[in-house]
Amino acid sequence: MTDVDLSVDLAGLTLATPILTASGTFGYGEEFADFVDFAKLGAITVKGTTLKPRLGNEGIRIAETPSGMLNAIGLQNPGVEYFLQTILPRIRELPTNIIVNISGASSEEYGELAAILDKADGVAAIELNVSCPNVKDGGMIFGTDEQALTEVTKAAKRQTNKPVIVKLSPNVTNIVDMAKAAEQAGADALSLINTLLGMDIDVERRRPLLGNITGGLSGRAVLPVALRMVYEVSRAVQIPVIGMGGAATWQDAVKFLLAGARAVAVGTANFTDPTTTMKIVAGLREYMEQNSFSHIADIKMT
Amino acid sequence: MSAGVTTLPKRVVTEAEVITQRQMARDVYFMTVAAPQIAADALPGNFVMVQTGDGEAHLLRRPLGIADADLAKGTISFIYKVIGAGTKKLTALKNGEVLSILGALGNSFSFSFNKPLLVGGGIGLAPLLYFAKCAEGADVVMGGRTAADMFWTRLFKPYVQNMFVATDDGTMGTPGFAVDLLPSLLQTGEYDGMLAVGPTVMMQKAARIAAKFDVPCQVSLENRMGCGLGACLSCCVKTVDGMPKKVCTDGPVFWAREVWA
Repeated sequence: MTDVDLSVDLAGLTLATPILTASGTFGYGEEFADFVDFAKLGAITVKGTTLKPRLGNEGIRIAETPSGMLNAIGLQNPGVEYFLQTILPRIRELPTNIIVNISGASSEEYGELAAILDKADGVAAIELNVSCPNVKDGGMIFGTDEQALTEVTKAAKRQTNKPVIVKLSPNVTNIVDMAKAAEQAGADALSLINTLLGMDIDVERRRPLLGNITGGLSGRAVLPVALRMVYEVSRAVQIPVIGMGGAATWQDAVKFLLAGARAVAVGTANFTDPTTTMKIVAGLREYMEQNSFSHIADIKMT
Repeated sequence: MSAGVTTLPKRVVTEAEVITQRQMARDVYFMTVAAPQIAADALPGNFVMVQTGDGEAHLLRRPLGIADADLAKGTISFIYKVIGAGTKKLTALKNGEVLSILGALGNSFSFSFNKPLLVGGGIGLAPLLYFAKCAEGADVVMGGRTAADMFWTRLFKPYVQNMFVATDDGTMGTPGFAVDLLPSLLQTGEYDGMLAVGPTVMMQKAARIAAKFDVPCQVSLENRMGCGLGACLSCCVKTVDGMPKKVCTDGPVFWAREVWA
């Protein structure tokens, strides 16, 4: 039997496995303590964090769609200070890497958040959320304009020596241009895709279903879009890519790796089954054993 | 303020075999499944998230309140109403088929009252049934549309002292709403607590009446949920202090004065 090594390097971080969790779908990790062995996760990415606490959006925040779901949470979070003082001490010792996803209303705010987190012991990397479709002040605007994306990435990079991951929006004409802009601005890695902008309509009330009118589409339905974008971006940049969008099985994870991703984040599937990440890790290991792959890098297109 | 909240139960995902499923009324079903680990931990007020199908077409689980748990038999029961495509699929499950259940979730009702008055409207009576069984000697006020929907009286009878019934069309009990019966019952001073579960408007009215008589009142909230674990923040509700609370892990049971001014 082949000795299988699932570890990967991501911008200087050693990940025990290439399986991560996507921001906003895994809380702060502790919510899933009954269901996962954190040592088998390459990293957990915590809920989007802002400088000040945010209460999130009013009204209905979630809707199931065919093989998918829409969310419009609106970046509800207790703010970076509360995260550092109260939450991080509880999760710091988990045997995995902690990536903090940050969101700001200006490039200065991204810089400020990066500076604060740079000093935080236990934070392995910072992910820039430049693609949240559910807030009016900022969010997706930074991820859909090359100039703004460049500024935000540089602002964060100037303030931290920790790896900066830029999370790209699929709601653009050409995601490769955005990926190249982030790389040139100094991003250490890219993660894609964030949710696709969508909506649902209540036929009885005859009005938009979500309180925010539009929301972000995720889940199985977006997997082919995510694979295509990861495939294109991986070929256009030198920095590693974290693939995400609809991954729910080990086969999906292998597809992302074959498309060129260094690691794969699981999002919505954590809701369907909180043990999904563990099943994917087990399946991935078995796939490698059966194919006599000793390293993740051996998984590549023929 | 203490919410009479217990520590959250240990949660598991389990493939539960359907033991029985029967229709109780139009759109209302009673299902019992084998889930020994959940049955061992489940407290009145807890809920589970059930998968409707294989998790492909319907990605999200549906929250169902626990209507009964039998530790000896290792079973839990739900009484649920068909609301959409997901719950419709549940009705097709036959004995011996399995469904994936995540639970037990959420907090539970307070057992600190000497003589609680249970107030339930429609399907809201389901979690109160399990409370009535565990508490013994409670009184219950139940409301429904019409006599054909009031199978609840049969279910509650073995566990409660007094039952008071109101139906919208007057075909059973007092014509009108369950909450209309509350002032005269609370007037007696017999009850030192109230647990109200049902439509939001009903719970708000019940809570206002309870407050007038200085009787502490707990309610159980419902909302659309993603994870049931406190991670996705889909089910948050605003509370009187302006801060959002998660129905799934801060609730579903809340003191009425926590959530409504």
